[in-house]
Amino acid sequence: MLGKLTLSAIPYQNPIVMGAVAFMVLAVIAVLGAITVFGKWKYLWKEWLTSVDHKKIGAMYLILAGVMLLRGFADAVMMRAQQAMAYGPHSGYLPPEHFDQVFSAHGTIMIFFMAMPFMIGLMNCVLPLQIGARDVAFPFLNSLSLWLTVVGAMLVNISLAVGNFARTGWLAYPPLSELHFSPGVGVDYYIWALQISGLGTTLTGVNFIATILKMRAPGMTLMRMPVFTWTALCTNILIVAAFPVLTVSLALLTLDRYLGMHFFTNDLGGDPMMYINLIWIWGHPEVYILVLPAFGIFSEIIATFSGKRLFGYTSMVFATMAIALLSFVVWLHHFFTMGSGADVNAFFGITTMVIAVPTGVKIFNWLFTMYRGRVRFESPVLWTIGFMITFVIGGMSGVLLAVPPADFVLHNSLFLVAHFHNVIIGGVVFGAMAGLTYWFPKVFGFRLNETLGKAAFWCWLIGFYVAFMPLYVLGLMGATRRMDHYDNPAWQPLFVVAAIGAAIIFCGILLQLAQVVVSLAQRERARDLTGDPWGGRTLEWATSSPPPAYNFARVPVVRDRDAFWDMKQRGVDMKAPVYRPIHMPRNTGTGFVMAMVLGLAGFAMIWHIWWLAIGGVAAAGAALIRYAFDDDRDYYVEAEEVRRTEILRGRAQLRSV
Amino acid sequence: MLLLSGCQWAVLDPKGPIGLQERSIIITATVLMLLVVGPVIALILIFAWRYRASNEKADYRPDWSHSNRIEAVVWLIPCFIIAALGVITWRSSHSLDPYRPLDSQVKPIRIDAVALDWKWLFIYPDEKVATVNQVAFPANVPVEFHITSATVMNAFFIPQLGSQIYAMAGMQTQLHLLANEPGTYQGLSSNYSGEGFSGMTFKAIALPRQGFAAWVAQVKAAHQTLGAEAYEQLARPSENNPVAYYSQVQPSLFADIVARKAVPLAVLGAGPAGPHIRVRALAGARTLQVSLLKDTGSPATRSN
Amino acid sequence: MSTGPITARGGALAFKPGYADNAADALRDLRPASETTDFELEHHHDAAGTAQLGFWVYLMSDCLLFAGLFATYSVLHVRTAGGPTPQSLFDLPYVLAETVFLLVSSFTCGLATLAMGRRSRRATLGWLAVTFALGIAFVGMEVHEFAHMVADNAGPDRSAFLSSFFTLVATHGLHVTCGLVWMAIMMVLVVKKGFTPSTESRLNCLSLFWHFLDIIWVGVFSLVYLFGVS
Repeated sequence: MLGKLTLSAIPYQNPIVMGAVAFMVLAVIAVLGAITVFGKWKYLWKEWLTSVDHKKIGAMYLILAGVMLLRGFADAVMMRAQQAMAYGPHSGYLPPEHFDQVFSAHGTIMIFFMAMPFMIGLMNCVLPLQIGARDVAFPFLNSLSLWLTVVGAMLVNISLAVGNFARTGWLAYPPLSELHFSPGVGVDYYIWALQISGLGTTLTGVNFIATILKMRAPGMTLMRMPVFTWTALCTNILIVAAFPVLTVSLALLTLDRYLGMHFFTNDLGGDPMMYINLIWIWGHPEVYILVLPAFGIFSEIIATFSGKRLFGYTSMVFATMAIALLSFVVWLHHFFTMGSGADVNAFFGITTMVIAVPTGVKIFNWLFTMYRGRVRFESPVLWTIGFMITFVIGGMSGVLLAVPPADFVLHNSLFLVAHFHNVIIGGVVFGAMAGLTYWFPKVFGFRLNETLGKAAFWCWLIGFYVAFMPLYVLGLMGATRRMDHYDNPAWQPLFVVAAIGAAIIFCGILLQLAQVVVSLAQRERARDLTGDPWGGRTLEWATSSPPPAYNFARVPVVRDRDAFWDMKQRGVDMKAPVYRPIHMPRNTGTGFVMAMVLGLAGFAMIWHIWWLAIGGVAAAGAALIRYAFDDDRDYYVEAEEVRRTEILRGRAQLRSV
Repeated sequence: MLLLSGCQWAVLDPKGPIGLQERSIIITATVLMLLVVGPVIALILIFAWRYRASNEKADYRPDWSHSNRIEAVVWLIPCFIIAALGVITWRSSHSLDPYRPLDSQVKPIRIDAVALDWKWLFIYPDEKVATVNQVAFPANVPVEFHITSATVMNAFFIPQLGSQIYAMAGMQTQLHLLANEPGTYQGLSSNYSGEGFSGMTFKAIALPRQGFAAWVAQVKAAHQTLGAEAYEQLARPSENNPVAYYSQVQPSLFADIVARKAVPLAVLGAGPAGPHIRVRALAGARTLQVSLLKDTGSPATRSN
Repeated sequence: MSTGPITARGGALAFKPGYADNAADALRDLRPASETTDFELEHHHDAAGTAQLGFWVYLMSDCLLFAGLFATYSVLHVRTAGGPTPQSLFDLPYVLAETVFLLVSSFTCGLATLAMGRRSRRATLGWLAVTFALGIAFVGMEVHEFAHMVADNAGPDRSAFLSSFFTLVATHGLHVTCGLVWMAIMMVLVVKKGFTPSTESRLNCLSLFWHFLDIIWVGVFSLVYLFGVS
């Protein structure tokens, strides 16, 4: 009846895990309790869970990313603590089977459930506004994507309490991840969490490509699109092109594990190395899926806060496209040490380095955007400058690793770990934080506290260097990654320094939490009544903050790359004399319900509860069919209603003057 | 950090020609990149400071956003650096290909290395002895490692001697190393392979010629031998294994492991004999020819 | 968003989805921004065209999924592990019959789309039904072939070759099955609601999907079966 699931799946005997589980359960109870006490269930259902409004969906992605950042960071702290302790005769506090889950979960969560939702969340919040659209192309799919991602994240977290997580690293290389070597449910949690959220991500890709190509405001030609929109377009093309490969790799692994097939087994003709090729054919573009939107964010911020047009827009666009294309021909640099031969290694080494050219151009262009500008050092700019400096260092270590013979001694070492954290924290996380600070007033209607934001930035920046520079050194000293224990006492002081760095980053995170709380408490003082708190240049700043559900009462006609800047220059009157009814999609719970039952089916697959798996998929199908027969999927906001909304907002604007 | 003795700087303190060349590549590449990266970091700080909003004296041109000259420079500079690095990459990928025999007058010594859960088995086909978690070889003699795995993927790595390479089941990789001076060097698996991974280290001992002969004699004097049964025992998962010597070894053992004939756990549905096949690695032109089928007695080597 | 009560620019073009969206796009990109307006009260988006584009993007993504499976098959098809080989397994005339069913179904699906263009509900439903029957026949033959192989000790767990064979072909078969379910739903929708813009747009997507599966099958037939027995 319940497949492999028994009470023994709950790790009672492990105090660390049970502590985390207790904390998680308490947090969930607290949230649910608060909703009940304040009688917000109906509000939550009507306004959020069933919402197809891209801004709310974006906000929910951001919340998911924030929560998962805390979870992934907790894993990071555990690793740093273990490695600071476990040398020579000391074994630390984590046994290998637990430590192995921690680093696997850390990577999986940070990439799939922190960085991805963060970037997709920001795209959701901003992208339709930036192109002057009233929603995304497929609002229902957007809601489905969100909830599929949430369900994937839930599965990873449930693995903490019920069963265990993969002990295979974040990419689950076979044959280690095959049934013979990983007989438990850990890898299955990994597979199903990623498959379900991956489906959501692919749908997001389809959705945003259609949105950008089809729903731009009149006059916004491709070469007038804001750079963030450009990077988002390239990112989503990468998603659509790369994620199917992830789906295939994981599906084949699933077939090996569930049906005894031999894709990646050691025997009967299986080829584990094919998985490594396949997963990196997805995995390398994935890196750019994360970092391209960040490049877009920095481009917007640096232009806005320099009070100046972005330098070399055309170069930026071509550089972005070049990076997107090249990202598909570099995957082999993740395993130069497989023995593919000198020609192959050299080819992939050189293609990898070539990516440094368009990336370098971008850095120069940001640099020359500041040149002859008026740079205001608000926290988004601090993140941006912190990024530029940190990222060139990460890029340098990256190019170094792209030289195969250098990689032969640095591969899999802590040097590599330092490198990718250097580009992911320095690029993606800093970009996400910059974007969050920059667009927060647009989405929520008030600014984040600047003092706490700046303090958080400095903690992150300093913490990053203290945490990861020692890892570069350790890598050169021959320390490899994923060790729960090492013999060389000379390494320990550096591990302690790295742990201190993690503590400093933790201070940064605490400051950010405080920043949210304080800003929320003082929101009346920090309210953005103009809709344009930073002197923005693109269309998202042309509407009020937060924007009405329909974004724009009248769709602006674009005449310039910096469309809103141009409108301000020409003194365009934003107040509308007359309104028309606006066509909008209706909220629907279908996406939420489908994702939940698919999540249940995923859980059932993990535990071999076949009837529930079939039932879950059937229920999701039924929900979809029901939605297909529903004609009442959209409505018109009456002109009078639009006028009232706008007057309310207009009045608010008047008051601020 | 200055307190650390030289030998702690594994990768930066190599004791063999491969490692030395790799270190020099790391240094050259870093210096080349610093030529651009250094000025860029300086410019970021200088521009940010000079064009700060409060500096009214600085030039302000809000619509200036294009300059062909600057664009040309910012595209060309990275191109030049990458072109230089590309040349280094092409040349060094070939000269330091782990499969390439070292240029030496001395006849190389062959050692077969097998990754097991979680220890390293070293087989000396010429000396006909085997060891666990310790590998010795004469200094200044090229060592030709043939590497495979009887279990999951690992990577064979002696940081102070240079390159690492994967150990993969059913396949055989090669690595040519040489130690310039006698010494004991740390060796490890650098690719995570499960619970006992952290303890999967070994000592690589480079000995003077006589010392190596003495070492072989010592191994030959060991009581245990490595036959099928002993291998079956050894291949079972175990962690933090002590060093072990085997005075004799079944001659076909390494080939059998590569051919997946010597599979310790009866996990296979045994199939009848099939033809010897060659399989191309996905990546391309040069092939990784591996023997995969159980009937293949002799491991194939990679062609050029 | 679909057309509002007031005809928007390009509205007249918007009836033929496939062509209109390109035209509308071209118009938008070429049209100089009006010197007199800074806003459009009514911004028209061609919903059918957007759906069509989105579906194309999805198909490309699905195509890459198959590309992954094809690549896997081409690496693993030699790894028979001493088990059955393609030559010993495949029955070309049988598969050829299967292929004919699917190819003809693609043709009848096209006829259904043409009938929809003529606004003939009966003809549309009729051709859809024929397509459906041919699709069922295809899937049935495939299932029969699989059952036969499994019974002959040539199941997907026998060797890497068979794993990749079953996975590639069954993934296609699963797509066809989903297409059949979708087709059944569309027939019900056409009966109940007639040709609304939304049913038309979905029927167009369905027919794209069906032709796409046909093309994939041509790939499967050539790469797996034809090369397999040669």
